[in-house]
Amino acid sequence: MTPSTPVPVPAPTHLDLLAAMLRIRAYEEKIVAFHAAGPFPNVCTSVGQEAAAVGVVSALRPEDQILTNHRSAGHLLARGADPGRMLAEVMGRSTGYCQGRSGTLHISVKELGVVLTSTIVGGELSLTPGVALSRAMLGGEGIVVCFFGDGAACEGIFHESLNLASVWNLPVLYVCENNQWQAFVHRKETMVGDHVAPWAAPYGIDSLTVDGNDVEAVRKAALHAAAQVRETRRPFLLEAWTYRQRGHMEPHDQSYVDPGEIEAWMAKDPIARLEARLLETGELTTDGLETLHAQARLAIEDAAAFAAASPYPDPADLATGVYA
Amino acid sequence: MTQMNQMTFHDAVEAALHEEMARDSRVLMFGEGTATKRKGLLKAFGPQRVRNTPLAEGIIAGTAAGAAATGLRPVVDLLFAPFLCFAMDELVNSAGKLRYMSGGQFSFPMVALAMTGGGWGVGAQHNHNLEAWFVHAPGLKVVMPATPADAKGLIKAAIRDENPVLFFMDIGLAFAPGEVPEADEVVPLGKAAIRREGSDVTLISYAKTVHTCLAAAEALAAEGVSAEVVDLRTLKPLDEATILASVRKTGRAVLVHEASRLCGVGAEVAALIAEQAFEALKAPIVRLTGPDAPAPSSYPLEQAFAPQADAIAAAARQLVVRTLEAAPIW
Repeated sequence: MTPSTPVPVPAPTHLDLLAAMLRIRAYEEKIVAFHAAGPFPNVCTSVGQEAAAVGVVSALRPEDQILTNHRSAGHLLARGADPGRMLAEVMGRSTGYCQGRSGTLHISVKELGVVLTSTIVGGELSLTPGVALSRAMLGGEGIVVCFFGDGAACEGIFHESLNLASVWNLPVLYVCENNQWQAFVHRKETMVGDHVAPWAAPYGIDSLTVDGNDVEAVRKAALHAAAQVRETRRPFLLEAWTYRQRGHMEPHDQSYVDPGEIEAWMAKDPIARLEARLLETGELTTDGLETLHAQARLAIEDAAAFAAASPYPDPADLATGVYA
Repeated sequence: MTQMNQMTFHDAVEAALHEEMARDSRVLMFGEGTATKRKGLLKAFGPQRVRNTPLAEGIIAGTAAGAAATGLRPVVDLLFAPFLCFAMDELVNSAGKLRYMSGGQFSFPMVALAMTGGGWGVGAQHNHNLEAWFVHAPGLKVVMPATPADAKGLIKAAIRDENPVLFFMDIGLAFAPGEVPEADEVVPLGKAAIRREGSDVTLISYAKTVHTCLAAAEALAAEGVSAEVVDLRTLKPLDEATILASVRKTGRAVLVHEASRLCGVGAEVAALIAEQAFEALKAPIVRLTGPDAPAPSSYPLEQAFAPQADAIAAAARQLVVRTLEAAPIW
């Protein structure tokens, strides 16, 4: 692995941030539609968490690396992954990023520095220090970003990961997307306190909590956090306070959720919020907004058409690629 | 002529680590007490490449997997095999599966060391021969040597391999001396060794019970029974060709290991022989293994846990006699 040189990244405009979120939403809605039309593989969506993904990933550099969790579509798309190859992967086609061997829940994209999507809750936390150790020992300016949820923070490996990253001075930006729900259980039932960020201090790690449904706020916080990691070559924890708008998995079911909670969070939808702000400031017109929505949907329709037309892997290759 | 040195299994492993770290700057080692106990490595390669870790097997193995995926070649010391239970997710779900799951984008060249087996009276939470668990897990290779020379040559092969390798060290052999080549000799993974040639019965084993089989073969020879002893060395990939060739020659197989019988490596070898060399068999396949019990600490119990030479010899003798009795009389 050769040390990489930092490349200046132009700051995205507000419209860029909105377009990135719309693309994620359109992708997830397409997945939901596919699933409803069935049969379709089991999927978990990140609807409602788009601002956290776009805000953080927009603050990264090409040489940075990402490990993420089962709600990774937003992180992948924000990083520039091709929705066609992602959908192909979800649909088990050979043109998918992982040749149809991962499915929706485990997509990795080496060329974009996405080392892992883990469906083992906490798996991303366990591999993160090692990826950062490679960065520290093999050179390069890159940092390692680990996206996980409040559920994973309740795993022992979260604590092992933070402790080791701190003791070994590893350049890790831990990003907790606190979406209030741990699969089918509200975090209030299973977690001490409301926030994960305070759990960083005992490990000597600085932290910050941000409104995870405000993409500009997330981006600003992530730029600060990433700069800390780049400068100190030490870990930092950023907590994005957000909400999972759909059930744990498809088909959508939130019968176990307090309707008042859903209503309160829907009023804070990250996309609607940015749209309202941009319409108010005049940065965006209703026509312009329509165009952005249409572009996002079109891109995903093209992606879906590519995926659906892609071939399945050959069953004769079922057991190939297990060993190097 | 290769220069040979007398050294213990433990020292042979250390020598191999030293040579591989000198050979490849991407090789590093970390684990519980690694920098404290391996002072020679620390002195030679420094604290970046020889590290102590917290007593937390999950993050040790996970860190190894993450490092392996992104350009390093870690060797991690997880101390005792039962501690691997804390690292199962990282070893099995990550290191073993993610090459396949990523469509070959990432590889996991790493080695996990663990000791097991009777000999130190450490009891069942330090001594549990669970190597078969990892044989069952896709993407992992599993090695368990019987001699210091193999320990050196196999760990070198494991470090150079592009796949995750579980390297089990038999506690009972740790301080047993043996001849070890001084040269850079790699013992390839997946190759069994014929430790003793014979024609009447094949004794198949690995790790400490290879030596028990050799003792049994010696006793059998005194009675005119010629036993071949196969040391598997690598449990995955299994050297099927050597096993089958030996059994086709002798027509009888006794499978021996300290690990318990149910779904153990012996069961796999027995199935292999039954499937592919049935026509050569002159007698049923026999397994001698540890019991379905936690390993005891008490010395006599711990010793009794592993199959004994007289029992192996008796089993082999019975197979030979049984065949002779069953043979037609004309």
